[in-house]
Order: sequence, then structure tokens, then C-alpha cells
Amino acid sequence: MGNRKIRFGVVVFPGTNCDRDTYHVIKEVAEEEAVYLWHRERDLRGSQVVVLPGGFSYGDYLRSGAIARFSPIMEAIREFAEGGGLVLGICNGFQILLEAGLLPGAMLRNKGLRFICRFEELEVENAETPFTLLYEKGERVKMPIAHIDGNYFIEPHKLALLEREKRVVFRYRENPNGSLNDIAGIINRGGNILGMMPHPERASEAELGSTDGLRTFLSAAKYVRES
Amino acid sequence: MRSLKRLLEEHNLTVEEYQRIKKILGREPNLVELGLYSVMWSEHCSYKSSKVHLKKLPTKGKYLIQGPGENAGVVEAAGKAVVFKVESHNHPSFVEPYQGAATGVGGILRDIFTMGARPVALLDSLHFGPLERPSNRAIMEGVVSGIAGYGNPVGVPTVGGEVDFEEEFSHNPLVNVMCVGIAEKDGIFYARAGKPGLSLVYAGAPTGRDGIHGATMASAEFGQETEHKKVNVQVGDPFREKLLMEATLEVMEKNLIEGIQDMGAAGLTSSSSEMASKGGVGVELYLDRVPLREEGMNPYEILLSESQERMLMVAKKGKEEEIKRIFEKWGIEAVVVGKTTEDRRFKAFWKGEPVADVPVESLAGDAPQYQRPYEKPEIDEREDPAWAEERNWQKALLKIISSPHMASRRWIYQQYDHMVQTNTVLLPGIGPSVLKIKGQKEAIALTIDANPAWGRANPKAAAVLTVAEAFRNLACVGAEPLGITNCLNFGNPEKPKVMGQFVETIEGMKEALEFFEVPVTGGNVSFYNETQGKAIPPTVVIGAVGLVEDYRTIPRPERVEEGMGIFLLGWTGKDLGSSVYLKAVLGQTGGRVPEIDLEKEKLLQQQLIRLVREGKVAYAVDLSPGGLLPNLAEALFHIDIGAELSFSTREEEAYFLFGESPSRALVFAPGELEADVPVLKLGTVKGQDLVAYINGRKKLDLPLKQLRRSWESLFPSLFDK
Repeated sequence: MGNRKIRFGVVVFPGTNCDRDTYHVIKEVAEEEAVYLWHRERDLRGSQVVVLPGGFSYGDYLRSGAIARFSPIMEAIREFAEGGGLVLGICNGFQILLEAGLLPGAMLRNKGLRFICRFEELEVENAETPFTLLYEKGERVKMPIAHIDGNYFIEPHKLALLEREKRVVFRYRENPNGSLNDIAGIINRGGNILGMMPHPERASEAELGSTDGLRTFLSAAKYVRES
Repeated sequence: MRSLKRLLEEHNLTVEEYQRIKKILGREPNLVELGLYSVMWSEHCSYKSSKVHLKKLPTKGKYLIQGPGENAGVVEAAGKAVVFKVESHNHPSFVEPYQGAATGVGGILRDIFTMGARPVALLDSLHFGPLERPSNRAIMEGVVSGIAGYGNPVGVPTVGGEVDFEEEFSHNPLVNVMCVGIAEKDGIFYARAGKPGLSLVYAGAPTGRDGIHGATMASAEFGQETEHKKVNVQVGDPFREKLLMEATLEVMEKNLIEGIQDMGAAGLTSSSSEMASKGGVGVELYLDRVPLREEGMNPYEILLSESQERMLMVAKKGKEEEIKRIFEKWGIEAVVVGKTTEDRRFKAFWKGEPVADVPVESLAGDAPQYQRPYEKPEIDEREDPAWAEERNWQKALLKIISSPHMASRRWIYQQYDHMVQTNTVLLPGIGPSVLKIKGQKEAIALTIDANPAWGRANPKAAAVLTVAEAFRNLACVGAEPLGITNCLNFGNPEKPKVMGQFVETIEGMKEALEFFEVPVTGGNVSFYNETQGKAIPPTVVIGAVGLVEDYRTIPRPERVEEGMGIFLLGWTGKDLGSSVYLKAVLGQTGGRVPEIDLEKEKLLQQQLIRLVREGKVAYAVDLSPGGLLPNLAEALFHIDIGAELSFSTREEEAYFLFGESPSRALVFAPGELEADVPVLKLGTVKGQDLVAYINGRKKLDLPLKQLRRSWESLFPSLFDK
């Protein structure tokens, strides 16, 4: 029972470019199972966790994530999430979850109006989600960001609600993009859909500068294994 | 009716070349045919001025799989094929910086995946005019965002590069882009048509009017009316490129094609005629089947368009439908637009009517070659520049590290996604790029180097020094060079002086490469970097690939701990001519370039590689350009600890601290260091300040924080107001 591998579905939209990295980390580093889910499919192929990886789905020519939400796979993901299934959106994946209304708020262009790729220090605000249970509350972790639209925005009263319900999961120590309340990652009210701008898959192998991201995947696997 | 003279001028062909075309055809060419010769015989496509000289370069080596003549070169590393090439997009980047640079990235990416390799890294060599001038800032800003705007969506990390500034680049910036890909050794594809009777499949973006005569534009000087050339610059679509790449790699993996060539310069014409030439066959093209983006395009425009994100493939017999299905899955149009034939002729048809009929070889193989007259360039031998004017090393150091030549490049590289693909072991700015090959302990090390200030003073020596510097960079991570690619940027080759610079540069490269026994695997020549008669300094850009035996043990700043020793390895000469010190501190250019003894250089590199592989080095850095002190300061920024130095010099202090003698390296290591080259312990890693006692006197005492601020502020202060 304890060694059963958890199956992660990695969604591939045209223009997704972190699919192979995410697949690699799940399979070779976290040592769980990974399958690709093509955007035109409606079948999640037995995935126990669905990951929407980073990239530029459909080129992001309209608005980041704005077109991907109409893909057939998104309907399946919505159903899966409504049933309590774990969904993790990373970077462009987070933007897609916002556009699809699975998470609240919107992404604006970075305050400096430029793409930023660098390591950031984050604080884990909520260590009780299925994706963060292997972290400590208040722990400082290092993960890279790589985006031009990562400036999180939400109306004031909804922001207050997010905070009150402890749904801010990761916060930047030094705000790189103008995000309200330094928000780097949020979870839905049901506690099963996490969106985050930093890339945990890029911080999962020591030689790449940090292993702090790996526990995001390990937490999700542990949660599913034990539930 | 346009006169013939006017027509030839518009096509950048000489009267002699026109006569030659008439002789080949036995008649007058029609306008379409004239267009074909114009692009295929352009300097950009035919290398007509450079070919006789390029032949002198060594192209054989123990790791070589494919040398010059294909879309890219290939060497073997750790049982894999490493495919790589550098190419210029200088002219388009001046006319339209964002699109010029973006499509430069797109073009070189296609060169790599056309060979069957998945691109794993991009590097750039960028040269602009001084940033005091707003026009130069606008060009730089456009180029940097163009590289980011294309490379980031495609998902290929831009892992390294170099940027520098000289007056002459104000009207002719250099944008040279290098791409590296990895393939299985038996998975390489070539631009060869195979045999007669096979279908030519066009895949990718529809053809538009953009870029018609781009190759011809890159083969002439700019005058005052360059603004009008905007129509010649192509527009890039990285999203389509990404899909094209995935689909292309899939048809290759399923073994459905015989040959493939991307439609780069001279588009459909060059891709089809070059594949036919290499395969010893002919081609027929049915131009009315080519997908078009604009209405009313004629055969001339279709053949010459340089629209981006297009590929031409020779399908295996009977595989056309399967190829189309794969492209369709990725949302890319694929259409049969022609076939290979026996007769070795290049024929194009429009609705059944022939519009061009010329021998394939006359386009792709037998373009004219010129032994252009050249004269030996003047060599700047001035010794003893006015280095003695500034004796305050603290002030000099601050000036240098805050100058455009040495200031932190973070503002640039953080706009590039340099981590996607999760192979980037060494982040930009720290040393050569080091990239993992997943599942293996071996890694590849990459560097791209150029120094136009050296080129201006002495083209031949500059070539030798640049090759040596590239290999020394690799040695700092314990990597042995496997091969190089090069981009040779020059003015107008019809001028004997410029041609002389070119010939000397080739001589220098040949000398260095033969000495190190490392081959050239390909590259690019960019002539006509000249505006209103003013040429750029000769600039040889060297992109080198090396093999790291085990990425887990490479030197890196994080390995350096308080208390470790700081050692200078190698030999110091009197090398302040054409240095960063002269430019940044005294505002002077010129002077004799550093002297190099290749035997010493090789010994230093061998010792570095040995020490690294024995695990004795925590971190190592090359000292040129900028010299010892600025490069030491930069290393400390990465390490994030200060240093206490105390040493004596035999040379004048300025030579020792700021001279750009090659064959030197700075090494951080625990304990003592023994090597078969001179080793001088300079001091210890310690505290939060940089303190130096030189020849018994305190010459430096600055908080690292303050130094770092000077180093980091330049680019943000210029661009993020």
C-alpha cells in the first residue's frame, strides 16, 4: 500500500513547454508515474493528480491562458476537480486555471513590463494543503520564476477573503512582479486546486540550484496515497 | 521598361555575373530566373568572397561527426550527437531590432532541429554602439526583447552569451545567435534529396511577401535609406515554430523522410536547389500549390519569399499522408509542392506553365567564387599606453566594473528563460554554460566569445586570442573542447582592406585550431557590415562546445567557503593595449593586443582541466577581458564572501591587475595548489570586504556590497527608469 505509485497526468497544450520537465521530475526524481494528456483528449487516463505545466499555450497571443481553457481536456479537468481530484497549475498552468475560473483573480503584466527568469525566495504560508503537507508553515524555500504575466490581481474584498481563508499558499519574500500581497500561489476553497507562478519542477534537483520544489509533487503523491 | 543596368542593380548582380548566367542558360534569363540567381549568388548564400579562404580551416577532429556544409555541425559527446551552429542576423536587427533578433533565433533553431536534434540551448554574441546614444539603447532593448520574445515561448533556454559596445556598431550592430541541440548518433538528418521521383513536402507557415530579397540585403552596404528596407525583414511566430519543431521531430523519429532543409535565406529556392544539388537530382516545383498568406503573389515572390517557420522535406516513398497527419496533429499545414527528378534541373511551374528552368548546380553548387584582392591590414603595435595616469586602483576597479564592458548582465539574461528544460547546471554570468544530458553524468560546456577591440588592432592575433579564450573558458569547468562554430563579421569584402582583415582572421583561426587540434564544424560569414563607407571592426565570434566528465564535480561559486585560498595560475605579460582598462578608465582605444604563447596556453588549460577533474578546484575563472582585479571582484559577487589579498608583483601593478594577458586563470581552492604552471597565492576568501595589500601597501579596502552595487546598477539605470 505504502509503495503504490501515484499517477500524474501532465497536460500538453500546443505551446506548452514545461511538459517534458514536469514529466521528468515526476517520473525520475519523485519516482511516481507520469502520463501525458493531449489537449484534445477528454480522458484523464486514470490520473490521480493533474498538472498543467508552464509554457505559452497557443502562443499566449491573446492573453496568457485565455484560449487553452476552451480545450476538450479542460472539461474533463473541471469534472475531475469538482470531484475533489488534485489539480496543480504551474505558471502558464496557473494562468489557465484563472482564465477557466477554477481559481479566482487574474494575471496582469509584470510591473516592470519585462519577462523575469530568476530564483526567488518564497514563504510557505499554508502547509496544510495536499500540495504542501511536506513543508513547514513559515518555511522559506527557493524556486525559480519565469514569466511576463505574473502580477496577480483580485478585487479587494475577494483578496481579503483569500487571506482570511488562508488560501494564499506561497508568498514572495521580495515581490518581483507587483502581485497583490506578494502572492505567488493560491488554492481554491475546496483545497484541491493549487495555482503557483514559481516552477517547482525547476527546483527539484540539487545540481540545478534547489530541491525545494520537489516536495510539492511528493506532498500531492503522499496525500493521494494516504487518502 | 527598366534598363538592364537598373535591373541588375536591383538584384545586386554584376554585369559579369549576368554574362555568366546567359552562358549557362544559352539565352537571356527571364525575371524569375534572374531572381533565383540573385539570391543564390548573393554573398549570404554563396559565400563567394569567403569560400576560397574558409577552405583553409581545419575540419577534422577525433570527435567530429559532421563538418561544414550541412545545416549545422555535429560532434560526439558522451555517446550522443551534439549539433550546433552560430549565425548572424546583423542587418535585419539594425533595420528592425525586435523582429530581426527574433527571426535570427528562429532561423538558427530550425538549422538545429532540421538535423534531427532537439535544441537544448541558445547563446548570443551581441555588439552595439555606445549606450549614451538613445538610438543604440533602442536597438539593444529591441534586440534583447526580440531574443526573449522568441526563445522563451519556444522553450529553449538562452543560457549564455556576451554583450559589448564599440563606436562602430552604432550603425551596424552584431546579433549572432548560437544554438545547440542533442540527437542520437544514428538519428541525424541531412539536407539531401536522396533519389528521383520523391515528393517534396512543404510544411509550416504560409508564404507571404515578407523577407523577399533578405539575403540580397545582407549582401550589400547600407546607405542612408535603410529605413526603406523594413519590408525586407521577416516577422517571427515562435508559437508556430514550437509546433513545427515538435512535428518535425516526430516525423523524423518515425523515419518518414529522406532529407530536409529549412526555408531560411532565399526560402523555397535555396532549400529545394541545395537538397537537389547534394542528392545529385533535379526538382520540379508547382508554385500554385504553395500555401499563401497574401493574395496575388506571383512566382517570383513565392520563390524568393523568406517567410519564417517553413520547412521543405523529401518524403520517403508512400509516406506523404502519414507526414501530413502528423503535421496536422500539431496544427501545421503540410502540402506536396513538387518532386525530385532525374534531369538535375531546377524547374518551377505556375498552373502548368513553366516559369523557370535552370541547371540545379548553377544555383547551388557553381555560384561564382572570387579571389578578391586584399591588402595586409595595418597592425596597431603601440606599446606603453598611458596606463600610469591612474594609480588609484580602487577608483579604477569601480570604473571598470560599472562600465558597460564589465557591468552585470543580469538585466539582460533574466529576460531570457535560461532554466527551461531543467538542464542548466551553471546559471548565466558565472562561467561557461554547463548543461546536463539527462540520465548521464557527462555534461556539455558552452561558450561564445568575441573581442572586436582586439580585432580592430590586429585581426590575426584577435582570432588566435579569441579561440584561446573560448577554450580557456571551457577549461575553467574542466571541459575539453570538442569543436567550434564561428561567425565572421566584417565590412565590405570588395574593399581590399576589409578582405585583408578577413584573410588574416582566417590565418589566425587556422593557426590556433590546428595547434589545439580542434575542428571548425560550420558557421557563417557576415560581410557588408558597413554603413556609408564605415565598417565595423573585424569581429570573429567563436562558439565552442566542450565535454564535462561529471557535472556533479564542476567548480562553482557555491563550493567556495570562507578560508579557502585564492590563486593566480599562469603568466603575466605587459598587455594593456586595447584593454577594458584603457577604455573604461582612460577613455582610450587601441594599442598592441596581448601576446600569446600557445604552448603556455595549452599547458595552462591542461593544468586547469586536470585540477578540476581531480576535484581540487572550488571555482575557477578566466581573466580576460578586464584582467585580474575586475574578474576577481565578479567572482566574489557570485561567491558572496569577501577577500583579503596580500601579494607582491614583479610587473608594474597595472599590468598585473588590469592587463589582459591570456594564459592566466584565477582559482579558488582549499589548501595549497600545485601545478606545472606558475602559481601565486594572492590571499584568502574572508569577511565582507575586498581588502588588498599590494607590494606592501594597502591599495584596496571596499565593502563587497558597495562594489556589487556599482557592478549591478548600469543596465537597470539605463533601461528601467
